[in-house]
Amino acid sequence: MNIKFDIEGGNFSSAGLASSEVKRLLKQLNIDIKTIKRLVVAMYEAEVNIVAHAYQGEADVEINEDHIKVVFTDHGPGIDDIDLAMQKGYSTASEQVREMGFGAGMGLPNIKSHADKLNITSEVGKGTRVEIICYLNA
Amino acid sequence: MTKQAFHHALKIDKDLCIGCANCMRVCPTEAIRVREGKANLEANRCIDCGECYRHCPVNAIIIEQDDFTNIHNFQYRVALVPSIFFGQFPEDVQTEEIHSSLKQQGFTHVFEVENSTEIVWRKQQEELKNQENTRPLISAFCPAIVRLIQVKFPSLIPNLLSIKPPLDVSALYFKKKLIDQGITEDKIGIFYITQCAAKIAAIKSPVGEDKSAIDGVINMDYLYNKVFTFIKQHNNDRCALPDRQHLSSRDILWSLTNGEKDHNGQRSLAIDGINNVMAILERVENEEMSNIDFLELRACDESCAGGVLTSGNRFLTVERMRNRAENATEQKNEEFLSYRDYLLNNITIGPVEPRSMMKLDNDLSIALRKMRQVQMTMERLPRVDCTVCGAPSCRALAEDIVQGKASINDCIFIQKRKEQKELMSKEESLEIMKSIWGKPKLDKNR
Ligand SMILES: Nc1ncnc2c1ncn2[C@@H]1O[C@H](COP(=O)(O)OP(=O)(O)OP(=O)(O)O)[C@@H](O)[C@H]1O
Ligand SMILES: [Mg+2]
Repeated sequence: MNIKFDIEGGNFSSAGLASSEVKRLLKQLNIDIKTIKRLVVAMYEAEVNIVAHAYQGEADVEINEDHIKVVFTDHGPGIDDIDLAMQKGYSTASEQVREMGFGAGMGLPNIKSHADKLNITSEVGKGTRVEIICYLNA
Repeated sequence: MTKQAFHHALKIDKDLCIGCANCMRVCPTEAIRVREGKANLEANRCIDCGECYRHCPVNAIIIEQDDFTNIHNFQYRVALVPSIFFGQFPEDVQTEEIHSSLKQQGFTHVFEVENSTEIVWRKQQEELKNQENTRPLISAFCPAIVRLIQVKFPSLIPNLLSIKPPLDVSALYFKKKLIDQGITEDKIGIFYITQCAAKIAAIKSPVGEDKSAIDGVINMDYLYNKVFTFIKQHNNDRCALPDRQHLSSRDILWSLTNGEKDHNGQRSLAIDGINNVMAILERVENEEMSNIDFLELRACDESCAGGVLTSGNRFLTVERMRNRAENATEQKNEEFLSYRDYLLNNITIGPVEPRSMMKLDNDLSIALRKMRQVQMTMERLPRVDCTVCGAPSCRALAEDIVQGKASINDCIFIQKRKEQKELMSKEESLEIMKSIWGKPKLDKNR
């Protein structure tokens, strides 16, 4: 099953809408609680990153019997050095974003530790694609 | 294993129900549907929060209580009274008068629930230290919240502090105390004066326990009327002195909003009102609240002062209780303290089972198929949540349809479309509406 969510850059109050809805759906599927949590946390971080760092984007959620795949694509500045961005504590967040409680540089590391697979590709000046996969416990 | 049936304190009186659907629209767990012109409660979804009771215009929601005369089945009749009860009365009524007139109603002992607050609080402190890796920890004080977590937020069960609320600890204490005086258990009746339906449900079918130490429940509004009438009629004259007062300001305020919060954790939040609580639990689930130590969550606005069985205005009740707390001087209850170890050994709640109402099916591939069906059905529905189908929202209808509990033809928009395309006759759609809202509402001569 596929569901698509739009994510608006700069709108922090909307961050979390996609992960909340996916959470509701996964609960209906009776998927084990730990897996839901892992995916929801990873999704939330990716959503916030689009809101905080890009202009506009979307999340495409694919629910399968054995795994869930979410692809976030955005129009934004892109990431120049992905390895650097992956490091704990690395952040280019603006003062404004930090004041809102984000910008600890923990988002991407958090996604990595919560999801089973994380794949980032990016083109500077164009945008970023973040692919997250969580396997449903067999 | 999840249990099959749950005791609910809330019942719908079908004779009184006018099928207005107000209750269905406010139910936080979407536990109500309208059929044949009457509200129907789905037991597995109900958390006994009492929102339906609050919004019913014709008092068709009833909260079952034990027959008051039941107290006389016991030789020793203990009234366990929450401090909220004292907050119901106007300022000029003294605590002593209330105590003594409770005894005039037939109780042999009157004990304030919050006497055991101290012990609960100490245990909470201990657990906040022991479970430092689980954050936030959630108080199990409000039984509607415990049930809400079971049905809607099962992933947060590990965050629940498995500590009994003062009500259960006080019941344990008093029963044990009387038994130690040589009284046999069958002669002791412990009765709780309840301000809400959730406490009744918690007593009749406790979560994480086999049997409650409480033998019966008396609704607060009922007893308030009895006691207040008695006080009015007797005009203060036969005022016996109550058992000694031991409550501290913390004890008195425990059941109000911030009552637990003010004494727990470095960072703690107090949230009241079931919808506010649900919004917070969503965020806790997303691990957005992991820097909070303790959450005090109460289903009612103004916590227990806003309980559905209270008689007084909740804001005035809070004011009175604060006044009382200001003048309170704590006295050590030596007898109570001698039961400390016994109570601490019995204060822990057993495992709380998830009772998820959300799942579409136990089998993942069937659930997934049903979810696709819900998604497809939603595309045909108007998404106006008009509730004319007898379900609280288009999504609830879509889920009911997929679960075989409703038909897409229940939707009035679908009916109109089908009538246009001559796929449905006027008579057919009328019959559908009758099956939902009852014949009288659609009687053309009305
Ligand atoms: N979608 C994106 N578009 C552009 N840059 C991004 C995007 N996502 C992450 N980045 C870059 O990677 C850096 C690290 O991201 P990460 O999520 O780990 O931290 P953060 O967003 O800065 O802070 P936190 O997630 O802790 O609030 C960001 O500061 C930003 O420079
Ligand atoms: Mg981030």
